[in-house]
This record gives sequence, structure tokens and C-alpha cells, in this order.
Amino acid sequence: MSILTAILILLALAAVFGMILGFAAVHFKVDEDPVVDQIDNILPQTQCGQCSYPGCRPYAEAIANGDEINKCPPGGEATIHALAELLGRDFVALDEEHGEEKGKRVALIREAECIGCTKCIQACPMDAILGAAKQMHTVIADECTGCDLCIEPCPVDCIDMVPVDVTLNDWRWDLPGAPETQLIATDRSTDNTDAVKEASA
Amino acid sequence: MNWQPNKHLHTFHGGIHPPENKNQSTQAPIEAALLPDKLILPLQQHIGQQAKSQVQVGDSVLKGQMIAEPTGYVSAAIHAPTSGTVTAIETHALPHPSGLSERCIIITPDGKDTWAELTPVADYQQLDKSELLQHIGNAGITGLGGAGFPTSVKLNPAEDSPINTLILNAAECEPYITADDMLMRERAEEVIQGLQIIAHILQPEQCLIGIENNKPEAIEALQHAVEALQLTQLIHVERIPVKYPSGGEKQLIQILTGKEVPNGGIPADIGIVCHNVGTAVAVYRAIVKGEPLISRITTITGDAVARQGNIEVLLGTPIEALLTHFDIQQNQLHRLIMGGPMMGFTLDSVALPVVKATNCILAATNRELPDPAPEQACIRCGMCADACPATLLPQQLYWFSKSREFDKALSHNLLDCIECGACSYVCPSNIPLVQYYRFAKGEIRIEEHERTSSDHARQRFEARTARLEQEEAEKEAKRKARAEAAAASKKAKTATSEDGDKAAVDPKAAVVQAALERAKARKAQKAAAAKDTADAPSADTIVNKSATEKAKDAAPVMSAVERAKARKAARAEEQGSDSEKAAQGEKKTGGLTALEKAKAKRAQNSDVPAVQEKTQEKTEGKGLSALERAKAKRAAGNDEQSAEAASNTGSDQEAKPAKAMSALEKAKAKRTQAAAQDSSATRTEDKPLSALERAKAKRASAAQTEAPAVEQAAPAPADEAKPLTALERAKLKRAQAATGNTAESVDKRAGDNTGDSVSDSAAESTEAGSEKPMSALERAKAKRATVAQSTAENSEAAAPARTTESATESPVEKPAAAMSALERAKAKRAEKAAQQAADNSNADTDKRD
Repeated sequence: MSILTAILILLALAAVFGMILGFAAVHFKVDEDPVVDQIDNILPQTQCGQCSYPGCRPYAEAIANGDEINKCPPGGEATIHALAELLGRDFVALDEEHGEEKGKRVALIREAECIGCTKCIQACPMDAILGAAKQMHTVIADECTGCDLCIEPCPVDCIDMVPVDVTLNDWRWDLPGAPETQLIATDRSTDNTDAVKEASA
Repeated sequence: MNWQPNKHLHTFHGGIHPPENKNQSTQAPIEAALLPDKLILPLQQHIGQQAKSQVQVGDSVLKGQMIAEPTGYVSAAIHAPTSGTVTAIETHALPHPSGLSERCIIITPDGKDTWAELTPVADYQQLDKSELLQHIGNAGITGLGGAGFPTSVKLNPAEDSPINTLILNAAECEPYITADDMLMRERAEEVIQGLQIIAHILQPEQCLIGIENNKPEAIEALQHAVEALQLTQLIHVERIPVKYPSGGEKQLIQILTGKEVPNGGIPADIGIVCHNVGTAVAVYRAIVKGEPLISRITTITGDAVARQGNIEVLLGTPIEALLTHFDIQQNQLHRLIMGGPMMGFTLDSVALPVVKATNCILAATNRELPDPAPEQACIRCGMCADACPATLLPQQLYWFSKSREFDKALSHNLLDCIECGACSYVCPSNIPLVQYYRFAKGEIRIEEHERTSSDHARQRFEARTARLEQEEAEKEAKRKARAEAAAASKKAKTATSEDGDKAAVDPKAAVVQAALERAKARKAQKAAAAKDTADAPSADTIVNKSATEKAKDAAPVMSAVERAKARKAARAEEQGSDSEKAAQGEKKTGGLTALEKAKAKRAQNSDVPAVQEKTQEKTEGKGLSALERAKAKRAAGNDEQSAEAASNTGSDQEAKPAKAMSALEKAKAKRTQAAAQDSSATRTEDKPLSALERAKAKRASAAQTEAPAVEQAAPAPADEAKPLTALERAKLKRAQAATGNTAESVDKRAGDNTGDSVSDSAAESTEAGSEKPMSALERAKAKRATVAQSTAENSEAAAPARTTESATESPVEKPAAAMSALERAKAKRAEKAAQQAADNSNADTDKRD
């Protein structure tokens, strides 16, 4: 009799929890994996496709499904670190196969050579190229993410990727601890202080 | 005098007492400004947007004239410090820790020091806040304490935070610097009047002047000035104990009021605004005297200069000139620092100018400021935490900054660090802590910026994707609508064709076949002619080009006309016996749209720009079914003419030399036949003919009259041959289409001609291309490519049948032939645009092949 009671109680509990779970499954359903959004936020949004996926979001989805986190050259190490931290994975060096990390660059059209074919405009994922058929095109540098996608379609190869100059607004201090300051005093060269003297001489 | 600090004062955590070294530079009064050989005025001397130059090289400027205007709310104007000439506007190294160069206006003084017309305010009490702020903004005043934040912005706090306390920062806690001290000693009244103006703008309940105890002369001068101006009720001079960094804005506020500026906030959030004494003087001069900010007091000190003291210096004066003036001893100079020893930075060069924030030039000897000792490991002694005036945990921040754990550094309030250097000063391990914090702050700022820009990029990308999808959907909808219309017209046609006489098919086909053969013969002829002239490569390219052009122009016409012809031919045959019905239909057609007329015109002038044609064709495409119906009826009307007449006209034409024929005339035996009939028989007396018929007739006759002219104008066979080849292609295709359509009883798409057994290579390649539902542009391209190919080979009649793909693969001597159709099209266009560009393109395409 007591066994029967126990079984009944357990069955009742199972039914109650089953209902709770069923309710939760319907009402608290997450449509999209939220981690994809988080990954997508970390990726640099250049939409360059160097990861072999057609854009940043597809790569974010792939990462969420277990793909490697080191396929994004524009993001570089900082992105890999952020992804590793988010996903609890180990840091892996950038996969050379997908390209190397270059500094921030923007496309620049040599305007005298542009023939106005509009092919780069169609290729630009950011709509950052301005122009019309048979009119000269130009790149809106502020909108350019440096994805390189306009280089290949150009029939006259008039697009260059130029590194962005550091200005006062985006200059930053370097991490201290350049090799010379890490040496012990007796090993230090005294030459480094002569520069000011020479300049003022 | 009472030197004890006031009892109501508060204090801040930590702080240090470095050697003051202030006496050296307070022995002599402020020297008058010297006039250097040139003045270098950076456009960016302040926090915020770079100013925009208003002068050109060669302009002569007067002292106090605005030479660069502010470009936004947080920006400051720049004025000429003396009269002279603008000799350059160029990038020049800045006095900035980065050592970067920025655009500077370089003025060569004329020595006259002539003032521009100044606009002082007679009585500032009468002006309201916004007018005074505008005056201050136009005077280019920025905070002179060191940060260089535009003063007009700081004087305009948000509406929701009323200012109850105005603090004048006279603490000047950093060692060596005495610029504010000397300013207060000598110009105390200007300081107080400036403060009065600021108080008038902000309307605070009280004004406090915070000044360290180590400046007794300045305190006395200020108190005298306050009493002289009878402002003792409003302004209180508060003596504070000497402790570094009591001159920090947040620390001074804490000392004077006991309030702390909230994390991430500004003093205005707690009803306080803090200004430097130098700024107050600048405000006074701007309002009362109308003088903009063109000079400042700078301390020149350090053991490497023989005379130490303060000087009123024109902005833009090279530091070299100042050092020379103060008798620099080059062999003694070890480090040249702008600012004080705690928060200043080392300058790489003496060619840098003095800017608005240059409060001190410290020329230190090796003994005075030796190189920092090597960094050693942190021993966790905690002295930095004791010294920190912001009650942070410098040690933790150091670890996090070094290991790039910026999130953790942020959660330890890294951004509240004022970079005063107290922690580094006390560190027994000589760790340059502040440099680590600066690094971390920079990284955080850049990361933040990158996050913003990547969000922005994502938005743009998503907007673009959405737009493309929408365009695609619209295109699809249009395509469907067109397909439906076509299906409807097809159905209608099938219904009518059942009534038609099928016997008429044979003679029609014969006519078309004849036209086709003529075309081939002519083509062979042309090819032979072209071959003769093809020896010179330059001539060849020209020919190619012209052929391409012709083809481009003709292409859209072809496809359009082609379709129409096919339909017309079919109609003619089917409705041949139904002349009454057709005539009836024709009356309707008589009022046919302008579109039809335009089309006729277009066909006539095959030189009309391709763009225009494209647009027209597009328009035509929409009303296609209607048009076709109209055309069929027109064709039926023409069908009164017999098949013999058609063949006669055809043979007549065959007899004519090919060059003498215009594009239209050759275009179609059927049309010419109709046109000829109309022009010869009914041109003068045609009453029953519709307007359209008349137009057609005119066109045909015009073509005929033009033909001899064309012949005469073409002495060089090479030049003529190529365009004609192109035209022949067009004709051939049309004829073919007609055949195909007649035989298979109709489809409007040229692409359905695949069943056709014409062995012409060019035609086939064109067909292969047009099988896909191509856009007008693509069709044009493909055709152009075909023409280019045929001209390159010069004898495609004899050449084996070849599709676009096989052309790409087959190794041909000419690179042009080896290129794929699209690539060749590109190359041609490039050639047209620029010869050089074309070279690049060829090289590129070759590489790709």
C-alpha cells in the first residue's frame, strides 16, 4: 500500500513538472540563439567574407554552431580574445589561411583612372561608394570598413587600400615597458637621451 | 595674516608633497611678449573639433583678426597674435605627447603689431548670457589650466543643473609652475573682473577662489582687488593647504565644498563650475577690451635656462625662441618638458610652438629630472593606494591594464583616474603606473569607438540588404506581370491564327531565307575587306572600337525590332487573307502611341546614344503586348503587297552594294518592302494610310536617299566595313528570329531561337547568351562582345561554330579573342575611356585568363 502511495505521489509530481516544463517550452521559447547576437556584436562588421562566410552574421551563426573563432582577420587578436571570453573557449592564434591582420584601412579610388563602371558600387556591402554610370566614383572614407571587396571587381584596378593615418583624436598611449625600460640600469644605453640635445643644438 | 586653513575646509584622500621649486621663477615680473620670426598656429589647440582656416597663403592679417573659425559646438577660434603675412598653411609637429603633425597656419610678423578693429562690450551687464557666450566663443578662449576645453561650452551648462557655486582655480599645485601665481600678483583686478563676468553669466550663489597657502603675495593681491571692487559679499578667497594635487578640479571642489563629483559626471552635475584664473583674465580681456585670446603667461623654468621667470608669450611662438630669450644652456639641457614635472610630457623638438595650454616650459638638467629608474616588480606595498587622490586602487588597475583586462579595470573605475601621477611618484618599484592607465584608457576609448562604428556598419549593411531584397521583389513582380500579359497575348494570337491561312508560310520563309543568304555573302565580303586593313594593329583597334560602338547602339534596337519583326511576319502570314480585318485594325493602329513613332525614329538614327535606347526599350518592354498587337495589325495591312513584290524588292536590294545600304533598309526585307511600296506608290497621294505608315515610309525613303551619301562618305573600306559587319549581325539575327518564329509559330523571345539551324558562329554565340532572361544591358554587352569577336577574327563566316564559352577556352593569338565576352566588353570600355586604363585592364584580364 505504501509503495502504491509512493508511486502515485511520484506520478503526480511527474505530471505537475511535465506541465510546468511544457508551459515553459511554449511561453519562454527563445526564437533565435541569443549567443549569435552577442558574437555578432563582437565581430567587426566589415562583411568582408574573409572567414569564408558571406558576412559577419553567418560567421557568428557558424561560431555558435561550433566553428573556430580565429577566422576573422579584420577583427584580429582583440576579437579572438573577446570571443574566447564570451564562449569560454581557449584563445587560438589567427588562422593565416583567412588572411592576416592589417591595420585599419580604407579604399581610395584613383579618380582620374575611374571609368565609371559602377562595379565597385555594387560590390560594396556598406554603400560607401558614391557614383553613377560613366561618372567618376568616390569612397566615403568614414563609411568604409576596409573589406577589400571593391578591389577585385574594378576593371581598371584604380582602387587602393590606404592605411588610415593616426590623428590627434584617435592617437593613444602605448603600453609602457618597451624593452629599454625593462633592462636593469647597468645595461641601459645612455644614447637615448641625446636626441633632445641634438634637436635643441 | 592668518595662514591657518579655514576651519570649514575639507580635504581629499591621499596626495603628495613633492618639492615645489616655485621660487626660481617668481623673482622677476612677467616679461613683455617677444616677437619671433614666425608664429606657428595649430588649428587644433583645444579639445574638440579642429578649427577651420579662414585665410589663404599670402593674406596679410592684423593682430587679433580671426584666422580660423570654430567648426562645431565644441571648438575654438584662432586669431592672429600679431600683424603680418600668412606664409604657409601646412602640417607641422605639435606640442603633444604623440608628436603628431597637424595643419598649422604659419604667420610671418611684419613687426608693426597693428591691431585689427576690436569690438569691446561697453557694459556687459546689459548683455544677456547668450550674447556674452558668443563673444567669448568668438575670442577663441579655452581653459588655460592645461586641458584646453572651450570655455564658452563650459560656461553654458545644461538647463537642468543650476550653478550655485563658481570656483576659480588658483591652486596651481604642480611644482615649478608659477604662471597663475604671477598673473594674480600683477593682474589681480583683471582676475576678479573676469570672475565677475563669469559670475554674471552663470549667476551662482557664491564665488570661491581656491588658492594654495604658498602664494601669499597673490592672496593679498586678490583680497585687495576684491575689496577695491566691493565684491566681498560675492567672492571669497579661500586659502587651502599645500598638497599635490589640490589643483585638480575634482579635488579642489572636494576641498572647498566637501562634495564629490559623481563617477563619470562633470562638476556641473552637482551645481559647480570651475575655471582657471588665466581663463578669467582672458574672459575679462575679451569682453571689456575686445581682445581675443592671442597670448598667455608661460613659466620658463628649469636649471638648464640661465634666467627663470614668466613671460607673456604670443601663441604660436616657437619654444626655441623662448629658450633663447631665457638663455638656454644647451649642454645642460637633459629633458624638455611642456607642463609640470608631474603631469607634463617630454618634447622631442624645440621647433614646436606655444599653444593655448602651454603653462610651463621646463628645461631640466639631468640632476634635476633624471631618467626614470627601471621598472621593477610590484611588491604590493599599497603606497599608491594611500597616495591616490581619487581613492582608487592603483595596484589593481595596474594589473588589469597590463594584462589588457579592460573590463575589470573599468569596473575598478579606471576612468575616474585624473592621471595626476601621485601613485607613480610614491611607487618604490618605479612603476610608471600612470602610463599604464593612459594606455588602458586609450584602448578603451578606441574599443568604444570601434564598437560604435561596427554598429553603424551593421546598420548600413542591413539597410542595404533590405533595399536589395525589395528591389529584387519588385523586379520579380514586374516580371510576373509581364509574363502574364505575354501569356494573354499569346492566347489571343493562337485564337486568331486558327483563322489564318497557313499556305502563306512558305513564300515568307523563302523571303527570309534569301535575306539571310544575302547577309552572309555581304558579311564575307566585309570580312575580306577588313582583313586587308587589319595589318596595322592600331587601325584594328580603332575599327574594333567603332564596331563596338555601333553594336552597342544597334543592340537594343535589334532585340526590340527583332521581336517585333517576328511577330509581324507571323501575323502577315497568318492574316494574309484577312485584309479587311487587318485594314480595320490598322485604323486603330493609326492612332498608335508616340512610343511606336519614337521607336521608328530610333531605328532610323542608329547613332542615338545607347542609354536613351535602353530607356526606350524598357518602356517598350512594359507595353510590349500592346505594341505587338498593333504591329501585327500593321503588318497585316502591309500584306496587301504580294510575296513576289517582296522578293523583287529583295533582289533589287541584293544588287545594291552593301555599303550603300542604311541599317534600316537592310533591317528586314519585309519592312523595306512595305516602305518601298509606300514611298514609291503612295507617298504623295496616300490618304488611307495612317500616320504611322507615313512615318515608316518617310523613314525608308530617307534611308534610301542617305544611302549614296554614306557610300561617298566612306572612302576607307576598313572603317566602313566594321560598322557594317555589326549591322549585318543585327540584320542576320533579326532575319533569323523571323524565320524561327514563323516556323515554330511564335514566341517573342529571341532566346527561343535555339532550335534554329543557322550555322553562323556569331549568331550562335549571341543566342547562347540570350537564352537566359537577360537584362537590356546584358544583351547589349553580349552583342558587343560578339561583334568584337567577329572583327577580331575577321572571317567568322568560315570560322567553326563557337559559343561564348568555347571562345574563352580556345587559345587564339589575339588576347581579345581569348577573353570572355564580359571581360572583353570591359576592356573595350576601358580603352574608350583612357588608353592607359585599357593597358591595365588588358594586363589584368590576361592574368585572370
